[in-house]
Amino acid sequence: MADRGIQWFRFTAPANFYDLSGRLIPWFAALTVALFAVGLYLGLVVAPPDYQQGDSYRIIYIHVPTAWMGMFLYVLMAVYAAIGLIWRIKMAEVMAKAIAPTGALFTFLALWTGALWGRPTWGVYWVWDARLTSMLILLFLYLGYMALHAAIDDRQRASSASAVLAMVGVVNVPIIYFSVQWWNTLHQGASITVTEAPTMATIMFVTLLIMTLASWMYAIAVVLARARIELLERERNARWVQERMEERP
Amino acid sequence: MKDFLAMGGYAPYVWGSYLVMAALLVLEMVQLRHRRRNLTRWLKRIARLAEQEETR
Repeated sequence: MADRGIQWFRFTAPANFYDLSGRLIPWFAALTVALFAVGLYLGLVVAPPDYQQGDSYRIIYIHVPTAWMGMFLYVLMAVYAAIGLIWRIKMAEVMAKAIAPTGALFTFLALWTGALWGRPTWGVYWVWDARLTSMLILLFLYLGYMALHAAIDDRQRASSASAVLAMVGVVNVPIIYFSVQWWNTLHQGASITVTEAPTMATIMFVTLLIMTLASWMYAIAVVLARARIELLERERNARWVQERMEERP
Repeated sequence: MKDFLAMGGYAPYVWGSYLVMAALLVLEMVQLRHRRRNLTRWLKRIARLAEQEETR
């Protein structure tokens, strides 16, 4: 039995995760650099200025990907947190905790680039409209999750309490997404949806996709790197950690 | 090149967005590298001490 087929449980075993992610991170890092290079070249040099907004619209190439990442990563974090809470899978707890700072970073960047885009377009850096406010709440949810995790010394209880917070906060993600339809907001509606053809030029659309992919690769590389550190800290007394620390002097 | 940097008069907004993003991503990577180096240095010292203990 043991030597037949793929032993799936091995991928969730900390030592295997540690080794596998260590081999994968350089590839994700290389893809990040390549995709950002192409995306930045297309977005800042090749794509023509907008006929209404001039060059200020170029902020879209980082504003939209960072906003998407902030939302995607939150859902991913909540899913891992739920798996960790329900089945007590160590790797899921580690992943949830490792995602939070990167998710918060992307959410902050979405708000920051949004403010800098809002000023020349709307005339203001900030308005308390539904889209912007719900996005700010997302940032606070991330920060709250991290603060709660850090505030409880007992690791098991810290994981459980913050997992509940992460899961409850998921309700905010559809609110962000549909806010532009549910309320009258200054923010424009979605330019790209799964069901319809994009309402923008092909070059813009392709660039946006490349920048989003680049952000994904970056997020994966950084989250894996942080998960490995978390794992070493948690398992510092385990045999596999000691073995790996002896291997490379 | 000058035109490129001027961004049609929107330089502070466009570059203010791109540069802050670049700076924060780099900062995150530097912080992670720093954290990892400190941790592994400490773990290696412990592993070495444990080894000495065994051979004694």
